[in-house]
Amino acid sequence: MKRLSLFTICLIILVGSWVFLRFVVGGVISVPIPSSVIGMYMGLIIIAILVHISVEDSRFREFLRPVHETLIDDKRRIRRRVIAVLIPIFLLGYTYSIIAQRANPPGSPRDAHPSPPLELTYKDAVIGTMQDVVNPFRHYEKDDPEAFKAHVENGRRVYHQNCFPCHGDHLDGQGHFAPYLQPLPANFQDPGIIPNFQESFFFWRIAKGGPGLPAAGTPWDSAMPIWEDYLTKDEIWDVILFLSDYTGYQPRTFGEAH
Amino acid sequence: MSKKRLYLILGFVLVAYVVLAVAPAFAQDTTEAEYRLFPKIGSRNAAWIAAQLHLLFGSFILGVPMFAVIIEFIGWKTKDMRYDRMAQEFIKLCMGAFSTTALLGGVLVFILIWCYPKVMTKLSGIFGPTMIFYVFLFFGETFTLYLYSYGWDKMQGRHKGWHLFLGVLLNVFGTAIMFVSNAWLSYQTSPATQYGVLSEGRRKSWIEEKLAADPALTPETAMEGVTSHTMVPLHNETTGEFMGTVWDAVNNFTWMPVNIHRLVGNIAFGGSIVAAYAAFRFLVAKTKEDKAHYDWMGYTGNFIALCGLIPLPFLGYWLGREIYMFNNTMGINMMGSLFSWLFIIQAVMIGVLFIGANYYLWSGMGRIEGAEVYARYRPYMITVIVICVAIWMTPRTLSKISSASELSAMGGANHPHLGLFGLMTAKNTAVNIVILTTFLSFLFYRRSGKTPTASWKKVGNVAISSIFFLATVSIVVIGIVGFTVPTDLRVNILTPYQVLVALAVMAIVTVVDIFMYRKATTSGTIKWGEMTDRSQYVLILVAITFTSLMGLMGYARSGLREAWHIFGVMQDTSADAFTPLLSEAVNMVAIIMVVFFALVGFIFWLGLWGEKKKQAAAAPMEGEVAVESDD
Repeated sequence: MKRLSLFTICLIILVGSWVFLRFVVGGVISVPIPSSVIGMYMGLIIIAILVHISVEDSRFREFLRPVHETLIDDKRRIRRRVIAVLIPIFLLGYTYSIIAQRANPPGSPRDAHPSPPLELTYKDAVIGTMQDVVNPFRHYEKDDPEAFKAHVENGRRVYHQNCFPCHGDHLDGQGHFAPYLQPLPANFQDPGIIPNFQESFFFWRIAKGGPGLPAAGTPWDSAMPIWEDYLTKDEIWDVILFLSDYTGYQPRTFGEAH
Repeated sequence: MSKKRLYLILGFVLVAYVVLAVAPAFAQDTTEAEYRLFPKIGSRNAAWIAAQLHLLFGSFILGVPMFAVIIEFIGWKTKDMRYDRMAQEFIKLCMGAFSTTALLGGVLVFILIWCYPKVMTKLSGIFGPTMIFYVFLFFGETFTLYLYSYGWDKMQGRHKGWHLFLGVLLNVFGTAIMFVSNAWLSYQTSPATQYGVLSEGRRKSWIEEKLAADPALTPETAMEGVTSHTMVPLHNETTGEFMGTVWDAVNNFTWMPVNIHRLVGNIAFGGSIVAAYAAFRFLVAKTKEDKAHYDWMGYTGNFIALCGLIPLPFLGYWLGREIYMFNNTMGINMMGSLFSWLFIIQAVMIGVLFIGANYYLWSGMGRIEGAEVYARYRPYMITVIVICVAIWMTPRTLSKISSASELSAMGGANHPHLGLFGLMTAKNTAVNIVILTTFLSFLFYRRSGKTPTASWKKVGNVAISSIFFLATVSIVVIGIVGFTVPTDLRVNILTPYQVLVALAVMAIVTVVDIFMYRKATTSGTIKWGEMTDRSQYVLILVAITFTSLMGLMGYARSGLREAWHIFGVMQDTSADAFTPLLSEAVNMVAIIMVVFFALVGFIFWLGLWGEKKKQAAAAPMEGEVAVESDD
């Protein structure tokens, strides 16, 4: 059996990687990967291939040999002509794919997370700095487990009365209103949500809702109500306790500096 | 028209244009102004360009003496004059860049005083004594550098020890200068420090402020919950008046992390610029000797850059942690909000640095006979590096780069599986493995062309392989556990442990390898000068990437203050009080990078020019000697 040329092997790796990302990872294993991310990964794979073939001169020549043959060897005339036809067709298709009008709106340009203010307020009254405010009931977790349990239960009640239609009964952002919202409600089961923020951040997001988001990083388009208009301060802290108790994720705290 | 006259006219037009462009600035009110507008490009851009160029040159002239003195020491101890000559050549490069650094520093000060008089009054009011100290340090550094450079040839032999002492002194002055200026800028970001290191005066005034703000407090109750780690602002929170001592301001919360990060960064940057210089000289070299010399110099520069690059991600992580601890909002802005995409670009660029450094090492193995045995591992190493870089550059939130249909197919802005790569625990795991793979590349390079004669070589190789395997498994397991533990535990314990594993592997394997190859037989020597031109372009690419990376991260460090000159104390009310878009910042950094390389190229060309003149002057003299001999 004829051994494949280095050029062909590289081409197979390139196409195989795209098929793997597009259809295996983004289909069989998981949900589709955005084309921009696939493009980013493919760029890296091309760099890896270039590195591999160009480190040694002999390998580089081996890689270029079929290209060279195709361009000058009379025996490869048919291949040359096929490629000469395929290249403009590819460019045509690519150009069309870029300029063609589609009924596919772009994604939201919003930031990953809104920037919280320096001070935490509730109905315009300052509670403290975002850095220093802590959940007033958190200490019950160690000091008085029964009282802590009562606050968590109250948080569960508040959540199920107000939050679960959007955030879901499993706190995974899959509530029955969720499919109709853009951006989608937060998924508290995601390991990147609760552990990354202090409880004061969650208090701010719940209290101020979508309309209270900062001017920077707009448009937010969040449908979250301003909950400080409907919930007491304690109810908001209780909901936060429930979120971390149910998911098992602890909100961010800061250890000793230096 | 003669060319000379044409150039004169063009020069006159250019000068006239600059004068006309600057003229409106003189029409501004120059008394009691809070801000003055720099003509045409704006005050912030003017200060940005001057500061960044000053920093890049400063980084180079502070970084190079650090390794030059070490290389000189190696040459002294091994009695190998090649090292001594290379160290001298490094310092010559430094000399060329030194006056430009000072000049740019002067330009920056003029721009700041002209455009931001009120800010400068405030800062000089706090840091006045350090500015005087800075001047003395600057004189110290200048004279030491002159003595060190001009005394190089005269202080050979028995005076070498004193010469090395001058080199160390030069580094002490240089490091001190950087620490002093870092105090000013880090204070602007974090004008606070911890209670435990605070001056007695500020402790008292802070308690008094607390008591005045809340009459219900007593001196005892005001101290409840205050530990040595409690963050204390250095300004009166009502009036904004500075209440601390100079040392309080210097020893602000982010000062030391910035110092250490920059110190090591200077070594990496200096090494990369030296390597790029050597690469350029290699590419234009005419003789085999020159090619061999600059190949060796490029290798050394790249090695130094790698030594600096390996600990940099950890030190950057420490700085990031301290920023989060100083102010959570600032931390979220940095990693999750306004500047988060900058860190994706950073990941791409650091990926380029690691891939470039490995590429250069692998190319270098082509000039060593007997290195072919390690080539079979290369595809696996490339695969590991690329997978790790892919993890490192995977964004957490994809909303900005996905269409609405892609977002709904993912069920949100985070991909349910790839989104995990966006979290720091995954990224830290990836970077540690990239570092270990790069270390493995270096190990293969070091072993190339050598055969160990130690009787325990098989056991040694098994031990080294096992160490690598176990370390990789440990790093991955810690990374996976990191998804499940509280952030505090991950940041303060798990991540440092991952770093320790990587560092321990490098230390242990290096020691074992040195003993194993101590009496190794050499099957092939290094053929210096027989490198591909491609590998030299990679060295230049690495230097360009370092420069751009420093510019971009400088934008993040400075931009984190948002609309504050001094965070939380002195608001920026100028026309430039907005955070520039990432695209604007990238354009600006690209312009600065091009200007920097143009200036560096000019300085290096001047050196070359002088060298050629000397050679040209020396040539006839040799001819004359020859004629005399004939007679």
